[in-house]
Amino acid sequence: MKQAAPSRRIRARSLVVLIPYLWLVAFFLIPFLIVLKISLSQPAVAQPPYTPTFDLITGWAGFREFVANLSPDNYLSLAADWLYLSSYLKSLQVAAVSTFLLLLIGYALAYGMARAPRRVQPILLMLVMLPFWTSFLIRVYAWINILQRDGLLNQVLLALHLVDEPPAWLATDTAIHIGIVYSYLPFMVLPIYAALEKMDETLLEAAADLGCPPWKTFWLVTVPLSRPGVLAGVLLCFIPIVGEFVIPDLLGGSETLMIGQTLWMEFFTNRDWPLASAVAVVLLLLLVVPIVTYQHIERRRLEAGS
Amino acid sequence: MMRRFSWFNLTSVALGLAFLYLPIAILVIYSFNGSRLVTIWGGWSLRWYAALLADYAMLQAAVTSLGIAAVSASAATVLGTLSAVGLVRFGRFPGVVLFSGLTYAPLVMPEVITGLSLLLLFVALDWDRGFWTVTIAHTTLTTCFVTVVVQSRLVSFDRSLEEAAMDLGCPPLKTFLTITLPLIWPAVAAGWMLAFALSLDDLVIASFTTGPGATTLPIRIYSQVRLGVTPEINAICTILIAGVTLGVVASSLLAKRSQMKQEAVGIGAVR
Repeated sequence: MKQAAPSRRIRARSLVVLIPYLWLVAFFLIPFLIVLKISLSQPAVAQPPYTPTFDLITGWAGFREFVANLSPDNYLSLAADWLYLSSYLKSLQVAAVSTFLLLLIGYALAYGMARAPRRVQPILLMLVMLPFWTSFLIRVYAWINILQRDGLLNQVLLALHLVDEPPAWLATDTAIHIGIVYSYLPFMVLPIYAALEKMDETLLEAAADLGCPPWKTFWLVTVPLSRPGVLAGVLLCFIPIVGEFVIPDLLGGSETLMIGQTLWMEFFTNRDWPLASAVAVVLLLLLVVPIVTYQHIERRRLEAGS
Repeated sequence: MMRRFSWFNLTSVALGLAFLYLPIAILVIYSFNGSRLVTIWGGWSLRWYAALLADYAMLQAAVTSLGIAAVSASAATVLGTLSAVGLVRFGRFPGVVLFSGLTYAPLVMPEVITGLSLLLLFVALDWDRGFWTVTIAHTTLTTCFVTVVVQSRLVSFDRSLEEAAMDLGCPPLKTFLTITLPLIWPAVAAGWMLAFALSLDDLVIASFTTGPGATTLPIRIYSQVRLGVTPEINAICTILIAGVTLGVVASSLLAKRSQMKQEAVGIGAVR
């Protein structure tokens, strides 16, 4: 570190941080506190559709009355109704299965890319990135084209005589998994590729020279060295998948909803804002550990880089 | 042994890319389908593109989306670059843990939560929902992506140039504007493009925070897709894909050229 900077510079510096800091506090942190507050309120036929509302003018007495009117009822109904529990479980299960599939496919792809000739690597990287830039909605929509009953997949299967009756793909969990793996693949490939690409290849040569068979080298050298990338990829996929809405809504069935759909339904269809808020708070609590782990990795990665 | 490895690698890369591109290719091909039935091929035709030009609501939604994307991406680029500089250069300041937490959290936060919480904020503040609320929401969402992109450039950056300028008496702000910013410029531009693309793409957060008169393109597409696949949607998707592809390819070519130029001048930041 350099010697203590003059105080004017410190003020200029703190301004640099302060602007984005204030923005994030105002539009990211405070909104969560409001969600927490409303999750303890009751729905009402009013504008806004919940009660109690807190008015600064009523002062301390008003605040006390407001606190007294808060209640955990929404959380109790979340726990009591199997609909919500099964929704959370379904989300976790879909996220776990698709993250596992993503890891298998993503690792193979990233490994192939990292071992490709140096010259073509930037091109491969761009090819993997490109679908990530195109709209999420479009990529999910593309699969409806393919998976519908008289869609391309069934036409191919029928033509090859692999099936006699066209199976239903849409509105199944298989379709959800396909859509998720397809949409999130770049998020898994990029961190793993970054870890594999940095790897010192002389380690592999050393292992080979010492008589280690390739599969064992892979397991004992490559996999441990790519662990930070794998962890980042897994978290980068798992966390948002748990709260996914668009993919299950367009490709999935209507029997068990994922929690993102349940929240959406409570909010837009039933207009029960307090219950939707409670759903969001519990979802966030489920994800706190993975999110904090992810932030930790990101910070460590940054500190290691600088 | 090496040969067997490379066969395996070639196959996994080829299969992976095929998986990524086949669905998009099929969508693009079917947008030129002359038949109204999306599953039956009726010969090449541009009729769905013509139909699109007459769809006033869709065009209106596209204009709204482009406006929101341009404003929010610019705001997110300023905020994201500032926080990247703060995180990389100022190291430990009071509240850095909360700050970096707030910076990375939107990256992974499920969109339904971000959307719901922002909407409840706007309702609590009694703001009219529409263009500006969606713009604020998208700025919040995309700032973290800009931060990550700019940060990775700042980390691999040769600081001796900055230090040289400062040692010669250049004030910090001027150093930043004349030395740092030109050198990280490709990353800043890439961050802006990423923010723009993400804003153009977002359905969930926009659905929560929008109001009457501010229907974005994804909201419009989504409401039609729920009714089933139509050739017109194939056409608009193809236009979007073409636009994004052109943008990404052009910007990566530009970035490569500016990098080569920098290296030629001899100030290229060598890793």
